Amino acid sequence: MRGGGARAWTLHLAVLVLLLAVQFVLPAYHHGNLARIMVLASYAVGYNILFGYTGLLSLGHALFFAAGMYGLGLAIKLGGWAAGPAIVAGLGAGLLLSLAVGALALRTSGVAFMIVTLMFAQAGYLAILYFGAFTRGDEGFVIPREARMIMWLDLADAATRYFVALALFALCLLFCLWLMRQPLGRALIAIRENEERTEMLGYDTFRLKLVAVAISGTMSAAAGAAYALLFGYVGASFAAVQYSILPLLWVLVGGAGTVLGPFLGTLFMFYLIDIASGLTTAYMMIAGVVLVMITLFARSGLLGEARRRLWGWLP
Amino acid sequence: MGVAAVSLLTTSGLTRHFSGIHAVEGVDFTLEAGEIRALIGSNGAGKTTLVSMICGRIPPSAGEIHFDGRDITRWPAHRRIMAGMAYTFQISSIYAGLPVFENVALAARRKRRGRAAEAATQEALMRVGLWERADQPAGDLAYGHQRLLEIAMGLAQSPRLLILDEPTQGLSEGEIAAFKALIRELAPATTILLIEHNMSVVMELAERVTVMDMGRILAEGTPAEIRANRAVQAAYLGTG
Repeated sequence: MRGGGARAWTLHLAVLVLLLAVQFVLPAYHHGNLARIMVLASYAVGYNILFGYTGLLSLGHALFFAAGMYGLGLAIKLGGWAAGPAIVAGLGAGLLLSLAVGALALRTSGVAFMIVTLMFAQAGYLAILYFGAFTRGDEGFVIPREARMIMWLDLADAATRYFVALALFALCLLFCLWLMRQPLGRALIAIRENEERTEMLGYDTFRLKLVAVAISGTMSAAAGAAYALLFGYVGASFAAVQYSILPLLWVLVGGAGTVLGPFLGTLFMFYLIDIASGLTTAYMMIAGVVLVMITLFARSGLLGEARRRLWGWLP
Repeated sequence: MGVAAVSLLTTSGLTRHFSGIHAVEGVDFTLEAGEIRALIGSNGAGKTTLVSMICGRIPPSAGEIHFDGRDITRWPAHRRIMAGMAYTFQISSIYAGLPVFENVALAARRKRRGRAAEAATQEALMRVGLWERADQPAGDLAYGHQRLLEIAMGLAQSPRLLILDEPTQGLSEGEIAAFKALIRELAPATTILLIEHNMSVVMELAERVTVMDMGRILAEGTPAEIRANRAVQAAYLGTG
């Protein structure tokens, strides 16, 4: 783990520059897709901090994604807030919820942790439906175009949307890269590798895991808030169990515990389903077969395999 | 009477029951600052249970533990470690997936930052002779080297009390000799509590020896006194 710093920064900055450049050549359809993928990949990067680096498998991250989405959406819809303060409301909702859920769920571990987080997320989903008078339940609500402005930036405009999605993704990616080179990030990895040993080296593992849940949950909320703002829609389906499973899938496919893996996984799965659904209505079967192949032949995910076989220095 | 030296560690009436089995029963144990103490006894005598309660891995059923004048009975393990204890596991508990360097750096970073932590890591690895292997994954080390890595993780914490649970198990003769020299260098700055089965290590290193049997302290004294003790011979050393 010593060294490799300059190479790692160069690689990740090069990926970001590439993402900045391709928007000028991409057709409109893929341009829009990539903006969406970058927002969803930010969610996956947040999920990876807890799952890939700390070793805690949550099945309830849709709660945090939705906390950002509804925190922002309701602040605009009910409070008439501007986009800027509404983003803060979304992030605050994600932070508070992840601290509360973390403090309770971290009293368990392993399978129990998965179930407790799943239950909290279901409770959140049902709460959104129950308070349909405010949230419009399943149907959701649209964020009006005039609310999707940050200063002079019109977020409904495709080019602006791409830039903002890229900025969010870059922030999440570089933060993750930086964090995992800090003593805090190293301690989280230590918990994943051997929690009892870490406690016996003098680390307060409960507090560290709570910090990991909070960072992961808040980053997920940032992605949720950005999704609502950039694509103009807030709906209960984003709080459903499917949106808890998706980041797990993206991270597993791309490579858990790698900085770029979540992006690769999101990109891969998005286009796999996109292309497969153009060929057949049974597109989920194609996705399923590919997933089985990856678990059989690339157990540590696309980038995890690359690190294992080719580039040991990959963070 | 002069002022008695302040004991670094005392336990009073320390007891641990496992579903009816009295693993440790009413142990009063005192460790003076700077000494090297060996804890011996047959398998199941309660040695590991006793030190596990001392360092906070398992809670006691009854009794109290004082470290450096403070009642730490209810402290979580990580707080005791930060107060100056270090514990090396009987069954090697390392980070097999991380490089040797990072294993020790994780220990060093609790009390130091940046360059100071790196320097402490290097020093600990050099002391146990693993510096050349710093970049290898710890899981690739031979068993004896994993034991030495455990010891390096203990050293890197610069503890006031270093608890070693069967540190020489699986080491070669040469490595045991190096281990003895290393422990002698550490004392008296570091107080050492050593669970050990290798009698040559116990008799050569320890200033005092505590013998446990059936969860209680059977005898305590200098190595010579312990060797001459009939009760110890009958219960443990097995020679008449």
